[in-house]
Amino acid sequence: MAERLYVSTRKGLLVYARDAKTWKHHATHFLGAPVSIVLPSADNQTVFCALNLGHFGAKLHRSTDGGVTWTELEPPKYPKVETSDAAEKEKAPAVAQLWSMAWAGPDKPGALWAGTTPGLFYSKDLGATWELNEGLWNMPERARWFGGGTIDPALHAICVDPRNSNRVAVAVSCGGVTVTEDGGKTWRVAGKGLRAEFMPPDQQFDPVIQDVHMLAQSPSHPQMWWVQHHNGIFVCTDDLQSWDEITTAPISHFGFPVAVHPKDGNTAWFVPAKKDEHRYPVDGNMVVNRTRDGGKTFETLRRGLPQGQCFDLVYRHGLAVDETGDHLAMGSTTGGLWTSPNGGDDWMLLTAHLAPIYAVRFA
Amino acid sequence: MVKVHFTSHLRHVAPSDPVEAAGATVADVLTDVFARHPAVRGYVLDDQDRIRLHIAVFVDGTHVRKDILAAPVTPASEVYVLQALSGG
Repeated sequence: MAERLYVSTRKGLLVYARDAKTWKHHATHFLGAPVSIVLPSADNQTVFCALNLGHFGAKLHRSTDGGVTWTELEPPKYPKVETSDAAEKEKAPAVAQLWSMAWAGPDKPGALWAGTTPGLFYSKDLGATWELNEGLWNMPERARWFGGGTIDPALHAICVDPRNSNRVAVAVSCGGVTVTEDGGKTWRVAGKGLRAEFMPPDQQFDPVIQDVHMLAQSPSHPQMWWVQHHNGIFVCTDDLQSWDEITTAPISHFGFPVAVHPKDGNTAWFVPAKKDEHRYPVDGNMVVNRTRDGGKTFETLRRGLPQGQCFDLVYRHGLAVDETGDHLAMGSTTGGLWTSPNGGDDWMLLTAHLAPIYAVRFA
Repeated sequence: MVKVHFTSHLRHVAPSDPVEAAGATVADVLTDVFARHPAVRGYVLDDQDRIRLHIAVFVDGTHVRKDILAAPVTPASEVYVLQALSGG
């Protein structure tokens, strides 16, 4: 059972520890620094913490003693573009933020992936060195990706298939879903059926430009995938061959996160919000939508969540479920942090006073 | 020797006292500094060895706004590597 809850905020990394009834504050790291993403090991001994220092760029720190001490690592960097052309030099890529991190699989100890803006990087040595994944970077379709909410496209989701660690799917906003079957050498676009209502009518089903807000694979039924998209919820039941749009979710189809039950691919949680230029809970009421039947029906869960005059938005990494499927955590843009011990039926406010929360994660 | 001062925001990676460095341009003196203080490099330069967008460099009291790395310095110059101000 997860013993830690990691909360990445605009002003530092807060770690909570499980006790008999709730989660208690355990430690704060990098106080004052924006923490974009955290990747802990299952035993909580090795922890990666990515900072987005703005003026000073994306930084990466690693602890191998459960957060007692930290070592700053060289973060992923694009290869240097050697050119005398000033315009080309100016356009050459630089990592602006680490958006996502994932372990590369149990058969690849010490290896991990990192998603940036928008390059995907791989490390074989626990983050000591990084290589740009050239297969994805050189995929012709990448030229049509574009930023969604950020200037550059963001590679924010990395799903390493539990059946085969050489099979990795990534999601980009706005670049749809792309999957490799050979450990990153070759990639194919896997977005048939995704629909982008923000595009001209004849391009709405173009799989390459979809604004996937979050992608999640069912651990127990890995042929089943979920997407919270800019304009809807989509489910895939045929292992990344095609997507079906779910139109039954109440309140709103707009939102950022999706979390999938670890033991039931038909159960998933979403946090709806008023689209799209507004981005706050519909009518000021914070709710969570849960489906238990693959999207045919939804329950709207609100016990313990603020109702009325509420502006808490939950970002794409701001919702997490533990390995039991019972415990959920949710953090908001206005610094509210909630947990649920019963699959979202009831929510307990842990604190309402954190800095804006970018990500929550159990380990 | 050129004197190079770093913003106090970089105290955890940069020396607190001015660093003496040699060179005829900002690029030269920063290269000299980074050779002795490698941890500073990634805070000042990006992946392509460009000055980061929100870093401000002053040479002898003048805010260098274009072609920062090519800006000339003399042995008597003072270079300040500062953080452009922003909120948050």
